[in-house]
Amino acid sequence: MKASPIIEMANIDKYFAGNPVLKAVDFQVLPGEIHALMGENGAGKSTLVKILTGIYRRDQGVIKWKNKEVVFKNPKQAEQNGIIVIHQELNIIPHLTVSQNLFLGKDITYGKTGILNKKEMHQRTKRRLYELGVTNIHPNDIAGNLSIGKQQLVEIARALAANAEMIIMDEPTAALTEREIERLFHVIQKLKNQGVSIIYISHRMEEIFDICDRITVLRDGQTIGTKLIADTSFTDIVRMMVGRELGDRFPERVNVPGKVIFEVENISKEDLFENISFSVRKGEILGIAGLMGAGRSEVMEAIFGFSNKDHGAIRINGKLVTIKHPRDAIEAGIGFITEDRKSKGLIMHAPIRENIASANLKAISTYGVIVNSKETLLIEALINRLQIRAISSEQEAKSLSGGNQQKVVLAKWLGINPKILILDEPTRGVDIGAKKEIYKIINELTKSGVAIIMISSELPEILGMSDRIMVMHEGKIATFLDRQEANQERIMAAATGGVRHDSTY
Amino acid sequence: MTQLTRFSLAKIGPLLGLVVITFILGILSDNFFTLDNILNLLRQVSVNALIAFGMTFVILTAGIDLSVGSILALGSALTAGLLTSGMDPLLAVCMGLVIGLILGAVNGIIITKGKVAPFIATLATMTIYRGATLVFTDGKPITGLSDSFLFEMIGKGYVFGIPFPAIVMVIMFFLLYFILQQTVFGRQVYAVGGNEEASTLSGIKADRVKIWVYSLTGMLSVLAGIIITSRLNSAQPTAGSMYELDAIAAVVIGGTSLAGGRGRITGTLIGALIIGVIDNGLNLLHVSSFYQQIVKGVVILLAVLLDRKSP
Repeated sequence: MKASPIIEMANIDKYFAGNPVLKAVDFQVLPGEIHALMGENGAGKSTLVKILTGIYRRDQGVIKWKNKEVVFKNPKQAEQNGIIVIHQELNIIPHLTVSQNLFLGKDITYGKTGILNKKEMHQRTKRRLYELGVTNIHPNDIAGNLSIGKQQLVEIARALAANAEMIIMDEPTAALTEREIERLFHVIQKLKNQGVSIIYISHRMEEIFDICDRITVLRDGQTIGTKLIADTSFTDIVRMMVGRELGDRFPERVNVPGKVIFEVENISKEDLFENISFSVRKGEILGIAGLMGAGRSEVMEAIFGFSNKDHGAIRINGKLVTIKHPRDAIEAGIGFITEDRKSKGLIMHAPIRENIASANLKAISTYGVIVNSKETLLIEALINRLQIRAISSEQEAKSLSGGNQQKVVLAKWLGINPKILILDEPTRGVDIGAKKEIYKIINELTKSGVAIIMISSELPEILGMSDRIMVMHEGKIATFLDRQEANQERIMAAATGGVRHDSTY
Repeated sequence: MTQLTRFSLAKIGPLLGLVVITFILGILSDNFFTLDNILNLLRQVSVNALIAFGMTFVILTAGIDLSVGSILALGSALTAGLLTSGMDPLLAVCMGLVIGLILGAVNGIIITKGKVAPFIATLATMTIYRGATLVFTDGKPITGLSDSFLFEMIGKGYVFGIPFPAIVMVIMFFLLYFILQQTVFGRQVYAVGGNEEASTLSGIKADRVKIWVYSLTGMLSVLAGIIITSRLNSAQPTAGSMYELDAIAAVVIGGTSLAGGRGRITGTLIGALIIGVIDNGLNLLHVSSFYQQIVKGVVILLAVLLDRKSP
């Protein structure tokens, strides 16, 4: 740790349209260090990274790369110097092979002939992957057919092929299963041992404590501090990030669930899930845990009528309901906050108003004609209730932070006054402050008797919020756990197929 | 604040273009700004505008309809057939509109239930409908339709000195504007085009919305066809060929995104007027129709390029 920093950013200022977004930011990373960069959405993390990699120009300050002052003009220049970013949205070309992706733009040819030396590239790809300890990816695999986790490893291999000395990872685990995360951490450790520095951006606190050496926290465009992970704690970091005590991470759950309102009986869909039965009580939160690909979202999409199921029944208040289209589900009082808000939750270029209105068109119209006053009333009420931070209800959804986007989706569904609300990864890509607000809203809903079904891949979230937990494994229910008996080990054991529990309660 | 953001430069861009083009042609030609010519121009524009109004709905759902010209021809021929068989003109016109609705619905059903890309589906029906027209008419115009005042009125009539087709265009504009901006159906059209999956998950029946959109376009195409038929007092088997291009051009010039979800029918009206003004003005200036095509193409390109520049 005595070595001089590989990258040193000092006194960085950045203004957008006259507004300061970074104010005298200091940031250093040592060689072979895993350095966490944390802060709420809008704290300036991505701006800092973009300045480092030449996407933005700094307005003030000094950047030193290996003790030499540098200004990268574009990401390509940064890359040539050994700084590579692995974005949340991967830069893999899906219909090309792993090997073609790895050597994209740097193809190896026979001399200067322009004829590709496929054999050599194949060999080198294999070697790169082997060096990372990855043996289950073949150079000739089509990249798009690989799981997200494997695609990410391909990107890391590509970064190494470009002789990266520093890799910046932006929320690398957001779409990974627990097992894939484990493998990724393994790879990250290997990189560290090879002397590669890593800037690790994540909202998941557990990960930071698992693998990082130091942490730098940004808030409102300023460096709040850099600490050794060993010398800090969860509450410490949260206090640094939000500038205040957040109190407990999850709200206290005091209400007692009422009678059963929602029952799913034996629903199945070929190749996706089999004989799923569960029930939810009024005011209860049923957490649904499982690995990615366990079929959790597929079950919910079938319940909601977005995809069809082969057989099985759904009851609300004991009465059989037929759901063939999301419209039927909505009319039965079910709301569904989908996992992927960009592609399934929001119309990104449409204003907040139209997004919220889209599930509430009946409520704001008479005889098919929109009544503007009704619409304004509903929208304003929901924006206030959820404290959506926006300039106006006409602001486009895509210009909002992740937390506020998720609140718009929530607002849309609270508008229908659901009796049953399905939440699929409700806090993914949401900063810790907004997360807490979302938990509070969920908790308030249960107080008013709404039954909640919550899918989450974050175990602390499942454990902190659920009254009961259903664990799925490969399309089947592995087990049900009560709040008291549940812990990370039990859930993971069931999710990975360790225990089989045949009771449906 | 809200009103201000809604009223941005992107939305007045096409209008600005229309004003500029009108003035240039007005300066170049003495006959351009005469009342007769303006009224004549409005009548000429009405046919393309009506089709383009429908096309706006289709394009807002991220679709396209290449079959509008063929629907126009088939609807007109069938209406003419009904007229020559002695059917009451008003009833025949209504039947014609229903035929347009059905032909459009067929497009919509192929696209949604058959999951065929709109471009391919309507490319196919464009050929099928045109072929059906040729079969029905035996490739010859249907003439001697009706001497009823009502039928002649549609294409040739004037109300308070204004050509009847122009009045139809204006009425349809306001009606469709209202539907698009102020009804649940209009919102659904925007939502489906903006993000079909998210809309479906919000309880919008995307398939049904699309079928209605294509039906509406079919009906508007036949309405345009009936105006032409009335004016010529005959139905031509080749009527409406290439009309889809002018209609798509009007929509695009008007700033509606081919990706769906974004655009306005006001823009389409202005787009149709721009195309009409160029055609009319260049005719007055005796510019060869060969050059007219080049000018039109350049205007379309300019409109799209300028649209991309504005945020």
